[in-house]
Amino acid sequence: MRSGDANLDHLFRRAGFGASAADLQAVAGMSYASAVDYFVDFDKQPDDVDTKIGLPESVSITTRGQFSPNTNIEDARQRWLFRMVHTRRPLQEKMALFWHNHFGVGYSKVAGVVGGVLGTKMMAAKGGELPGPQGHYELLRERALGKFRDLLIEVAKDPAMLFFLDGRTNTKAKPQENFGREVMELFTWGLGHYTESDVYAAARVFSGWNLRNVPGANGNDPAGYYEFIYNAAQHDIADKTFTFPISGSRTIPTRAAASGMQDGIDFLTTLANHPETGRRLARKLWNYFVSDLDVPDPGFVEGLTNVYLQNDTDMRPVLRYILRSPWFTNPGNHNARYSWPVEFVVRTMKEIGWAGFSVDTARVPLTNMGQTLFEPPNVAGWQLGRAWFGTGAMLARMNFAAAVAANQRFNLARSFSATERAQPDRVLNGMLQRLTPAPYTTAEMNEMLTYLTTGSPWTGSETQMNAKAAGLARLVAGSGEYQFV
Amino acid sequence: MSKFSRREFIRDGVAAFTLSFAAPAFLVDIARAQGAVSRNLVVIYLAGGNDALSTLVPYTDPFYYSRRPAIAVPAGQVLQIGSDSSGKPLGLHPRLTGLQTIFNQGRLAIVQRAGYQNSSRSHFQGTDIWGTADPTNPAGLGWLGRYLDSIPGTMDPLAGWNTSGATYRALTGLNVSVPSITDPRAYSFASPNSGAEAVNERNSAIRLASLAGNRPHLAFVNSSSMEAFATLDRVASVVNYQSAVTYPNNGFGNALKTVAGSIVRGIGTRVYWVQTGGFDTHSGQGNAGGGGYANLMATVGDGILAFYNDLQGQGLLGNTLMVQFSEFGRRISENGSQGTDHGAGSIMMAIGGGVRGGLYGTAANLNPTPDNPTLENAGGDVTYETDFRSVYTKVLEGWLGTDSTAILGGDFRAGAPAII
Repeated sequence: MRSGDANLDHLFRRAGFGASAADLQAVAGMSYASAVDYFVDFDKQPDDVDTKIGLPESVSITTRGQFSPNTNIEDARQRWLFRMVHTRRPLQEKMALFWHNHFGVGYSKVAGVVGGVLGTKMMAAKGGELPGPQGHYELLRERALGKFRDLLIEVAKDPAMLFFLDGRTNTKAKPQENFGREVMELFTWGLGHYTESDVYAAARVFSGWNLRNVPGANGNDPAGYYEFIYNAAQHDIADKTFTFPISGSRTIPTRAAASGMQDGIDFLTTLANHPETGRRLARKLWNYFVSDLDVPDPGFVEGLTNVYLQNDTDMRPVLRYILRSPWFTNPGNHNARYSWPVEFVVRTMKEIGWAGFSVDTARVPLTNMGQTLFEPPNVAGWQLGRAWFGTGAMLARMNFAAAVAANQRFNLARSFSATERAQPDRVLNGMLQRLTPAPYTTAEMNEMLTYLTTGSPWTGSETQMNAKAAGLARLVAGSGEYQFV
Repeated sequence: MSKFSRREFIRDGVAAFTLSFAAPAFLVDIARAQGAVSRNLVVIYLAGGNDALSTLVPYTDPFYYSRRPAIAVPAGQVLQIGSDSSGKPLGLHPRLTGLQTIFNQGRLAIVQRAGYQNSSRSHFQGTDIWGTADPTNPAGLGWLGRYLDSIPGTMDPLAGWNTSGATYRALTGLNVSVPSITDPRAYSFASPNSGAEAVNERNSAIRLASLAGNRPHLAFVNSSSMEAFATLDRVASVVNYQSAVTYPNNGFGNALKTVAGSIVRGIGTRVYWVQTGGFDTHSGQGNAGGGGYANLMATVGDGILAFYNDLQGQGLLGNTLMVQFSEFGRRISENGSQGTDHGAGSIMMAIGGGVRGGLYGTAANLNPTPDNPTLENAGGDVTYETDFRSVYTKVLEGWLGTDSTAILGGDFRAGAPAII
């Protein structure tokens, strides 16, 4: 819902998933700069969102037997959507989603090898709840605003990544190129800054970065897990030459096998600490936080890269820089990004209502909109912007809005005061305080007023409100203006 | 007719022109194609970089076996389909019995070593290059989008149909937007209300979507809504399509069945995009009997055969051309994970009633000596022989009946394999 401050509404849409009444209460009275700090310094708010699961005032989850978000991928999806709706740390979830798209690890390939239970664990298990390391997304969430270099190194050792890009089978006899290529092409520098010979050398750098299996009683035992090991016997100790310097020299010299893991640490450190990584992240962050209608402003890219390098790859000052920058608050950049399907779904629930509605309802629609959590189409993540808006995907958005509006019919109708119900234009204005589309033209406003008064003369009766409030909510949430954040 | 301008010819089609021996071959191609009615193109994308050497196996090349000790398909198990023009015997993967059947009917053309110079080993850049047909600047419109843009008259929002959830540069046009419809059953409109109230709301939504004015991004989103409303009925007509043929129950089979349904219902779509993934086989490829690659081949071969039989049974095979591609081939030598990493030259296939079946181009010699012209990257990868754009040229001119040079931004007729 709207706060009355356009910049604050913008901040909630971009750095979060829209604002509920409780969200607005948390920042009431704050200046814009203080509100940015509230988002960026999110660890000042407790990470207690999971304790709200199952409470009657929360959005519902659907249980099939026991709710098992650590071992059942559908439940893991529900938990993440739940967190997006109710978190007190919206930027943490927003950045976890950004990193999920950046690193592009998909559940199916992992589960195809180890089965659904261990596959879900590897993608989404919460640390400490089951034996073994935390899941990939929990890692992204934990380090959402830490140093990128540390995140990159942890992701390189992450079991889900070692399955997804086949590092688990990278041996000195037959190096595996998959991770070595993508870490340069997609995770850091981008095409044009390395050669095929660098791909070969990078593959050898990561030889021996493998996994250890600690099996459970059977393949579906949640106690079983995989964890990273550096397998010195499988590390290629010979020197490795790149077309660019690693720690000052183009050649990583021969090392004893026991300390050969340092090859990979040095290589990842070089990649992360390089200005090209700052620039690549800057361009992606521009498209995520500022605009995907306009190309990144060179001043923004260089400014962000400087902040990134001066702060030793720490993303927290980077995010503060973005959200306080004139590019972010520029009114021309409000509603200037095509929303991602999960953003649309979460905002629709937050703004239309959630009491008695299950996040599981969004599962199939999200797939039809083109975004299944834990299942990016490939390691490059989702195709963004206009690519979200095929006709089938647009229908799925409209139809999800219909599902939420139908479910919330009575809550919606009763949310309007008697004064509002007396006149259709007041109902429309009230709806546009609750839902936050980009501004409509007069012609569009008139069209929605026409809808409210089509069929029978306006009375504002309970029957009429039950039908029209739900229909209007669907009309707004399904309109083009609502598809932008 | 003694004189004509090519522009008039392209515009007016075969009626403006009588075939003569004096006409250049490409004009004969275009004229013949324009004489045919309601032709479909089904583009099949094997996502991830297909390991062509496992699809079409050079089973007498000793280096194929020495460089792939774990994943080579044994010579005794390949499906033999003869030799190429250089005399090299080749065989299909044992799980491609469906394609062998079509090959034996003379309706499968395989173009070996299709690709381009300095092949990208990146999935994403590679896919964009194949999509734009522009290896030097793969950031523009797609070749299929440009083709659909070139069709005269009012653009039909269902002129193209993408059966996958992802969008591809190949389908990006200036004026056309190809709908992505993965499941026709989900392609319907829901309202929180029913009866007349739902109709009121739908009508209001349609009018609302027409009011974008000069706001281009909003207009783009609204055009998706408008096209959805405009195509609901035609797509719904495909939902209840019953085929006499049993399709494999997987994503690829179901997508092809949907395509067959829409061809049978005659809903007017010209270009279909169908894909199946999993071809990024860095590990666990297996060889003949089992492993990931055998499953991929079964999916492809069984799905295509079902589609082929379905159309043939209904007398529609002659209207349909399938063209298969992938973003790159894979390295010749296997890696340590019983898989293969990103490589270069790959194969293309064309299947349909108008296809002149056979093996086109020549197989690589897999001996990694420096002077071997069929390899590149120090003998690591297969180098291309046939420019993929020459295959596109044949498709555009010989099948779709349009001038390829405007769409591809150049003349790639030289060396085009005579697959149609």
